[in-house]
Amino acid sequence: MLKVTIDGKVANVEMGSTVLQAAQSVGIEIPTLCHFNLHGTKMENKPASCRICVVEVEGRKNLAPACVTPVTDGMVIKTHTPRVIHSRQMVLELMLSDHPKDCMACTKLGDCELLQMAEYLGIREIEIGKDGEASTYKKDEGVAISRDMNKCIMCRRCETICEQVQGVAALSGIKRGFDAVVATAFEEPLDNTKCVQCGQCIAVCPTGALTEREYIKEVMHALANPNQTVIVQVAPAVRAALGEAFGMPAGSLVTGKMVAALRQIGFDYVFDTDFAADVTIMEEAHELLDRLTRVGKGDTSVKLPIITSCCPAWVNFYETQYDDLLDLPSTTRSPQQIFGSIAKNYFAQKMNIDKKDLVVVSVMPCIAKKYEAARLEFGQDVDLVLTTRELARLIKQFNIQFEALEDEDFDAPLGESTGAGVIFGTTGGVMEAALRTAYEKVTGEVLEHLEFEAIRGFEGIRTATIQLGDTALNVAIVHGLSHVRAIMEEMRCGNPRNFHAIEVMACPGGCIGGAGQPYHHGDSEILIKRCEALYREDESKALRKSHENPSVQEVYTHYFNHPLSHKAHELLHTYYEAKARL
Amino acid sequence: MSKYTMHILVCGGTGCLSSRSAEIVTQLNKTLEDVGMQDQVQVLKTGCFGFCEKGPIVKVLPDNTFYVQVQPEDVEDIVNEHIIKGRKVPRLLYENPKSKEHVSDSKHMDFYKKQMRVALRNCGFINPESIEEYIARDGYEALAKVLTLSQEEVISEVKKSGLRGRGGGGFPTGLKWEFAYKNTSNQKYVVCNADEGDPGAFMDRSILEGDPHSIVEAMAICGYAIGANKGLVYIRAEYPLAVKRLECAIESARDLGLLGDNILGTRFSFDIEIRFGAGAFVCGEETALIHSMEGKRGEPTTKPPFPATSGYWDKPTNVNNVETFANIPVIFLKGADWFSQIGTEKSKGTKVFALAGKINNVGLIEVPMGTTLRSVIYDIGGGIKDGKKFKAVQTGGPSGGCLTEKDLDTPIDFDNLLAKGSMMGSGGMIVMDEDDCMPAVAKFYLEFTAEESCGKCTPCRVGTKRLLEILEKIVSGRGEEEDLETLKNLSEVIKDTALCGLGQTAPNPVLSTLKVFEDEYIAHVRDRKCPSGQCSALLQYRITEKCVGCTACSRVCPVNAISGSVKKQHTIDVSKCIKCGACMSKCRFNAIVRE
Repeated sequence: MLKVTIDGKVANVEMGSTVLQAAQSVGIEIPTLCHFNLHGTKMENKPASCRICVVEVEGRKNLAPACVTPVTDGMVIKTHTPRVIHSRQMVLELMLSDHPKDCMACTKLGDCELLQMAEYLGIREIEIGKDGEASTYKKDEGVAISRDMNKCIMCRRCETICEQVQGVAALSGIKRGFDAVVATAFEEPLDNTKCVQCGQCIAVCPTGALTEREYIKEVMHALANPNQTVIVQVAPAVRAALGEAFGMPAGSLVTGKMVAALRQIGFDYVFDTDFAADVTIMEEAHELLDRLTRVGKGDTSVKLPIITSCCPAWVNFYETQYDDLLDLPSTTRSPQQIFGSIAKNYFAQKMNIDKKDLVVVSVMPCIAKKYEAARLEFGQDVDLVLTTRELARLIKQFNIQFEALEDEDFDAPLGESTGAGVIFGTTGGVMEAALRTAYEKVTGEVLEHLEFEAIRGFEGIRTATIQLGDTALNVAIVHGLSHVRAIMEEMRCGNPRNFHAIEVMACPGGCIGGAGQPYHHGDSEILIKRCEALYREDESKALRKSHENPSVQEVYTHYFNHPLSHKAHELLHTYYEAKARL
Repeated sequence: MSKYTMHILVCGGTGCLSSRSAEIVTQLNKTLEDVGMQDQVQVLKTGCFGFCEKGPIVKVLPDNTFYVQVQPEDVEDIVNEHIIKGRKVPRLLYENPKSKEHVSDSKHMDFYKKQMRVALRNCGFINPESIEEYIARDGYEALAKVLTLSQEEVISEVKKSGLRGRGGGGFPTGLKWEFAYKNTSNQKYVVCNADEGDPGAFMDRSILEGDPHSIVEAMAICGYAIGANKGLVYIRAEYPLAVKRLECAIESARDLGLLGDNILGTRFSFDIEIRFGAGAFVCGEETALIHSMEGKRGEPTTKPPFPATSGYWDKPTNVNNVETFANIPVIFLKGADWFSQIGTEKSKGTKVFALAGKINNVGLIEVPMGTTLRSVIYDIGGGIKDGKKFKAVQTGGPSGGCLTEKDLDTPIDFDNLLAKGSMMGSGGMIVMDEDDCMPAVAKFYLEFTAEESCGKCTPCRVGTKRLLEILEKIVSGRGEEEDLETLKNLSEVIKDTALCGLGQTAPNPVLSTLKVFEDEYIAHVRDRKCPSGQCSALLQYRITEKCVGCTACSRVCPVNAISGSVKKQHTIDVSKCIKCGACMSKCRFNAIVRE
């Protein structure tokens, strides 16, 4: 243990601790900006580049960055002296001198850490560089992600999460000096690169440099058109996080209020993506059993393991990075697209609505869902995608007192779901849902204990062997694309651990950690609480196995006939293509 | 070599090569062949002699005749007169500027008299592409000796020598080696930092071009001392000749078993690879250099961890610069005691400086630590060009500061320069005279650092840019008095908060000129005048009553700013004048003044 004195307080800390950690241990907060640590993931960004966290260390001639300076025994540290505060203010002033001043029109307003820092440090004028040069980068407006690099402060969080957590490395610092900025290869628009559109860069960006492409206006426009029927589907993870945007504690389940709000906003039907998740399970579980049987019989036209494909960022990842293994993922469309397809075909027909006049809006915890909806192969089954954050903004714009809302139920028929559909929103949930159905199909017995604890949790890669009667199923659950890369490399080496099924979600924690959710600001406890909320919702459901969903049964009886039917293949499945990207 | 009776050494450094010294070599060989003396006289392309001002240099041995500013056309005279008839060619000899006498032996020249060549000992003496010539000058003897010592003994000898890092930091080399030695690991690395980047400095390039084997040998010694079997030279790709000679040296050392497995029959194995840098100044910072070698963006990270703990691929790594390494073999050949008797109490040995600016003898010099600035500038450098008045000398390149008349008798060493508000740096020394405008000088250095900042940390990325903008404002006549306060304030904060040495020292040229030449800054911002007459935005041309109305000025003016009738005094319209000075140089009556 090392003994250090910080602002007169004595801290005993372990060797290797930083000044920042030592200060935190005695309740002293040192302001930080570039530093970002999402505990439990590989996201530890501490380039020590912003220089906001500088402190005085006795005997050292210049100021020390608290976030990376290791403490030494007997170190005497002062965290808030006039010299320190003056330096922080001037450093921030420099940063602001090259930052647009149109905060009132910024998507990040309310969540901007730079603005919070300006407030904390009491910046009253930005004198330095007021006639100086300002960065002028071209705005990159993608289908899902907006990049306004004029707002970049070079904290490099985006670069770190993209490389370390997601293993994609689509972003990197380029150029030198004042021109230095985080960019894509050859400064191509993000949509032309190997970016998987997960948006985790947005989730950690402290400013408005990286934001979701908003579609609120377009939704509003559709709602205002009396000739259109506007229906909405809401993904499972949204209900476990939306409350945070209204000051409710993390993990609050706001399903009923959310439905009420959407109805009040004016959607003609409020449906649940969980319904579509149940359909996904019907298809995917049968696909798994089909492949198992066929591989067992020596059929080489199909392969194992089957890998889930509901995560659109993951789909982008394997289409660009593992195009030699395109026959592994399930061909079942994601719940969002299954919903869109059923809505535009089955529902429109049933309700006698012209497809052209039906607008399908999704509310997703995800950025990549915007990109998925725009994929050409899906026609325009889903017209517009909002994130959880955008929904919160919409609710506020409609002056809805969210907390005061009475709970309401989803509309029928695409609003009915089981607990299996609910847990789709968390890592491990898709596999668990599939296993609940697969177990009963294989064994013909009723599954009594529905919780597959072995595959729950937050570890990046979790594996288990699940007994389905006589069949031992080796499964893996992976989240965070850097972990996925490790597993995919195993697949390239011939699947040595003999997995039969793998669940993949791109974002840490699964959809509950999606980049469209309210900002967690580095608090990974929030992710855990959202996950627990979904399991709670699952437990509270009367029906918890996808194949028991009466609305799903009805769709199959009247429309698809049976899972993997010709019609199901046409409307509920898709194909993958290799995409060469930079 | 024995069959030759004479040798002609031709400087093959980059400077002389660009003044056609390669042609001189070709011409010499051809002419010698024509007269049938190719077997008696050997022509050698050597490394840099240092006296770049007077290049290309040709030296004839054994009589030590030192020819300056030789052109390929002069070859015939050298061969016919000197080689055949034994008569020196007077017009090619160096002329002592004071006595106007010819000096034929370099050791009698003021430029060389006060020099002491340790790091540059072989530059200009041997053919850098011949390992035999290096060996003939005791090359690789130090390595052989070191291999009979224990690692601790080697480190202790380096520590005892008092050698400090020549790259800028001045950290004790032996101590650095000891840190790397004490960190146990299955793999360690020795890195030679050849990313020389100070504007005007070229000692590392000269050593690599003129004596590459000394670096190869020193790296092997270091490898033995710290327990590394792998060496890497990080060299800027803009040094193609240095790269070529280094490659050649590594190759021939391998051929003789001086690199590779079981060197000289011992259990020590060591080899060297070359890594190219793209020429970013910041990559001279050791952590940035290591990141660059790993294929990452060349930007520094905070120390600790130091490379000695976690360097190249997180393995213990010892990084030394070229000049530092060049001193190593000598320390083992002549002993740490010999080395440590040169220099001052805390700065041992010699230091190479790149003399540049308004000085008569521009070139590369090496002097014992403790030599005064005055001696360097006036004795070796031959004083200020064109009889102008000395104003200041910038040492330490863009990270250093300006020293003035009152500092001239300061013995040069690491600590003295620091105490005077400048620094040793890598040895750039730029001399300025009365015509140099100090805010403009500061602006020049800030242009460099702002451009070379990697952009990682805020104070350097934005701060140096803002400093530069303020300086631009001042020299263009738009400065305000409060700008000086901002300059000072911002400089202090950048120094206090920047991540690496580049940023921390970037404000030094501003702070030191502001301290010593504050009146010049004030003249710019308050009186809108540039006392040295350099800042064109602050100048005005005026035609005095001396004007006879010859109209020459109005005819030469490119913007028609001058009007007046023939034989009447002309006037300049200052709003049109672009201050090109064409009128002033055209006027034969000294009637136009600049003020």
